[in-house]
Amino acid sequence: MSEGSAITDSIRAMIGVMADPVVMEVEAGAIKRFCQAVGDSNPLFIDAEHAKNGPHGGVICPPGFFGWPAKPAPMFSGPMASMMGEFAKAGFPGVLDGGIDFEFFQPIHPGDVLVSSAKIADIYEREGKTGKSLFGVIETTYTNQNGDVVARGRMTLIGRQS
Amino acid sequence: MSKQLYYEDVEVGTELPPLVKSPSSQQLVKWAGASGDYYQIHYDKDFAQGTGLPGIIVHGRLRASFMVQLMTDWIGEGGTLKKISCQQRGMDFPGEQLVCKGKVTKKYAENGEHFVECDIWAENPRGEKTAPGSAVVTLPSRG
Repeated sequence: MSEGSAITDSIRAMIGVMADPVVMEVEAGAIKRFCQAVGDSNPLFIDAEHAKNGPHGGVICPPGFFGWPAKPAPMFSGPMASMMGEFAKAGFPGVLDGGIDFEFFQPIHPGDVLVSSAKIADIYEREGKTGKSLFGVIETTYTNQNGDVVARGRMTLIGRQS
Repeated sequence: MSKQLYYEDVEVGTELPPLVKSPSSQQLVKWAGASGDYYQIHYDKDFAQGTGLPGIIVHGRLRASFMVQLMTDWIGEGGTLKKISCQQRGMDFPGEQLVCKGKVTKKYAENGEHFVECDIWAENPRGEKTAPGSAVVTLPSRG
């Protein structure tokens, strides 16, 4: 199984590549639609009257919602798509979502305008029960209109041999 | 929401109140619209089967949002979710119950804040943990 690294030079060259930044507007209506889709009726996110007297002086986004467009780093376009293309060329065409990590630094309020910047933070390989896989870590930083970093996400995309 | 949870209310081993979800295909479509994730494996059965899946599957990010709700329901308005991590270990299918659970693994005070760490996971009807993960929150203190 250990026939050397599957990480070619062109795959390694993808590490550090950034996607174009995406401007995301945070609208109260979009927060409500998001909560409705999740089935989350927490008044802190959807009830302005209630939230006014709460710890944030108004509604905030449920953690993990960053406004619209809500999927700034799709695996089907930009450098992430190129990375998966390189994975496929190296014999790892299957795409799996490995999971997501979020760190939240500040609450996000309706009316905020965020800039999301995504980059390929790391690429590595791992030998598992079902053979070797390639892992690409996409790190996305969300910055608000005051220049504060409000959150950071790390998503792992997995390239598999079949 | 209900009464506020305090740092002093939790101990290592404390179990979080489970959050039960039964995502329907309609909920997946709502999520697609609300999140902007229009990948067809989540609403088009023929497309999903064409990629080798048994049928349409629940979005990993919707499941991660359920895990966030598990935490925000528990910590109340006075608590803050600092970190959450959700791995994708298995698939969940619409029409099946998905139970989000968690357990406190650590608690400590640092720089005037009161931290609680938890293991969290989503379980399908076969008892499989399809989305193991972890979370870090801060809670208000009575102290």
